[in-house]
Amino acid sequence: MVAHLLRLKLLLLRNSLRRSTWQLVGVILGGLYGLGLLGLIVAGLIVLGTVDLELVRTIVVLGGAAAVLGWLVIPLVASGVDMTLDPARFVTFAVPMRQLMTGLALSGVIGIPGIVTLIAFLTLTLTWIRYPLAAVAALICAVCAVLLCVVGSRLITTAGTALASSRRFKDLSSTIAIIPLVLLGPIFAGITAGFQSSPEFAGDLADILGWTPLGVFVAVPADLAAGAWLTALARFAIGVGTIAVLAYLWHRSLSHALVTPPYNAVTRKGAGNLGLFSRFPATPTGAVAARALTYWIRDPRYAASIVVVPLLPILLWFISGDSGDLFLLNYLGPITAFLLAWSISADISYDNTSFWLHLSAGVSGRNDRAGRAIALLVFAVPVVLAFTVVPLWLSGSLADLPMMLGLSLGALLTGTGFSSVLSARYTYNVPLPGESPFKTPPGTGFSMLAIQVLGWVGLLVLLAPEIGLAIAYLLTGSAVLGWLTLLAGLALGSAVLVGGIRLGGAWYDRRGPELLQAVSVNK
Amino acid sequence: MLRGLAKRFGEKIAVNGIDLDVPAGSFYGLVGPNGAGKTTTLSMATGLLRPDYGQAWVHGVDVWQDPLEAKRLMGILPDGVRLFDRLTGEQLVTYAGLLRGMDRDEVAGRVTDLLRALDLGNDAGTLVVDYSAGMTKKIALASALVHAPRLLVLDEPFESVDPVSAANIRDILATYVRSGGTVIVSSHVMDLVQRMCDHVAVIAAGTVLAAGTVDTVRGDASLEDRFVELVGGRNTAEGLSWLRTS
Repeated sequence: MVAHLLRLKLLLLRNSLRRSTWQLVGVILGGLYGLGLLGLIVAGLIVLGTVDLELVRTIVVLGGAAAVLGWLVIPLVASGVDMTLDPARFVTFAVPMRQLMTGLALSGVIGIPGIVTLIAFLTLTLTWIRYPLAAVAALICAVCAVLLCVVGSRLITTAGTALASSRRFKDLSSTIAIIPLVLLGPIFAGITAGFQSSPEFAGDLADILGWTPLGVFVAVPADLAAGAWLTALARFAIGVGTIAVLAYLWHRSLSHALVTPPYNAVTRKGAGNLGLFSRFPATPTGAVAARALTYWIRDPRYAASIVVVPLLPILLWFISGDSGDLFLLNYLGPITAFLLAWSISADISYDNTSFWLHLSAGVSGRNDRAGRAIALLVFAVPVVLAFTVVPLWLSGSLADLPMMLGLSLGALLTGTGFSSVLSARYTYNVPLPGESPFKTPPGTGFSMLAIQVLGWVGLLVLLAPEIGLAIAYLLTGSAVLGWLTLLAGLALGSAVLVGGIRLGGAWYDRRGPELLQAVSVNK
Repeated sequence: MLRGLAKRFGEKIAVNGIDLDVPAGSFYGLVGPNGAGKTTTLSMATGLLRPDYGQAWVHGVDVWQDPLEAKRLMGILPDGVRLFDRLTGEQLVTYAGLLRGMDRDEVAGRVTDLLRALDLGNDAGTLVVDYSAGMTKKIALASALVHAPRLLVLDEPFESVDPVSAANIRDILATYVRSGGTVIVSSHVMDLVQRMCDHVAVIAAGTVLAAGTVDTVRGDASLEDRFVELVGGRNTAEGLSWLRTS
């Protein structure tokens, strides 16, 4: 049975490669990347063996803890990273529990991340080759560490299956999961800063981690090399104990998952609450706007973009923090405007086949385009205004306000008009309704990249007058030029917005059925 | 109403020149095996899929020359497409009404009536994504009915709908036909079509095998036997001898 599960995993891996050449290329590239990384790690670990014992311990423990943490966290963030052997799929088969667990655990090692981790941990043996006893211990500990990774991540996936079957939880988690992803840069920057500011920081961190399940197994050989027998024994006991506890918990949640089919508890609600539909005018345009705005709140794929908006200032603050002055933060308004306007450029792709309702109701292209643009502008205009005024006010450069407002509003209006044309003309594969916003559907690659890059260039070209005036203002400092930028932003922006809605609308009217066919390819 | 409709996807010819006359005021059944081209035909007849050849008219309006006017006359329930499922049931039907340019009070009244008639009153405020398959069908049907169309085109309307709701839907449709409306349904369930419809067309491999009133098509046999005879491909249950339990 264990062999069956392993063969199943290999077969699934092979069949997924057969599906498309591009996916194969992706896996090969991923494999090469993994190999490269592995090569570096192995070389590094071997070289490490020749340096000071204390330093080796610090680096090895930090690295090992990071690897274990990765195994535990990644299934949480990217739900469905490797659900090929999802326990829920074994519900109907009568597989003995012990064999199922062994099979699932072993199959977890198969695949690029598993193999890379295993080899990296095994290489630790070479690091400690100068201390024979430590080297032998490292070998045992490597196997234990990988076991810990696999059992831990399996536990989290299994426990997650129950939660993930609740749509509300799925929506919420995939919306919120974007926060750590966006802040990844600042977090790393913070840790690096910590290392730079005090040399003991790394050593202290390693000391603490060495006593947590994350770092015990990598710390054991270091203790042995240093001759601290009892410490080593204690750590090893903690590690083995953790594995036992995790395995027990996994056993429990797996047996529970196998007899509890996913069930979605839904509270029934009666009629009477039309939400945003009663706030917008009862016209086709108003209805489209109300629907689109409802989606900005309820659909994780849109809501994730809204969650990112308040993080943008933090992100910019960190990026400009490196260079010392906060000049980039002053451009928060235009940058936010640009990104928000761009976010509706694939609106019809996001509708997927739900789009048939617009088509069969005979909604005119202009109404459709205008409704979607209004839904965006309703919240984007206040946000962009605030993001433009507040940084300038804080940095005491309110004199630049006309120019900056011109850039912001110009970017927002022009971008919205431009996106209205793009989404009526080009569709590409995006995450389907109900899927995680991070999921990149197969076959996205080139066409999406091309549209994105060309689109951004096109949008910048359309914004050239405002950008030109803003640069002129910054060079000369003449207030007139600042006001001219504002005027240009408002006038040209509105013109492009109206033109975009008309042109996009005309395209939409002409190509409605073709659009529906294009989006229904992605399902 | 359909003349020489044809569609090919790449090498595969999905629909190969279909001619079909659906009399106004009839209850028309469209039957055929899986992959016969029923959905493709109905999509082309309703303006959702542009045909490569041929034309379709609804009450004298050419669907592809004057799509807006034709769509005003039609209510559609397509199969295998998504709905805007992050709306509540009530919001979705309201949305369908407002998109057609109806005014708010009229939509509100009809939405209440439809939800009650389709037993969805208690779930009107639940998101459609949390609906069961049958409830989703019913809410899509409500969206197709809200603007009081003269022609209803329903692709597999009874799939996964419970028997009580199915009976209610049949009543609604029968009343609709009696008051002068026209209904086209596609279905796999021959028995249902024989009982419910007055006209039927059998489609296989993208062509019409037989069409007319139910009685002329089926002759003396039941519709199911006649269908199997026309389409062929029946296996006599010789194999699977190990499946016998005694």
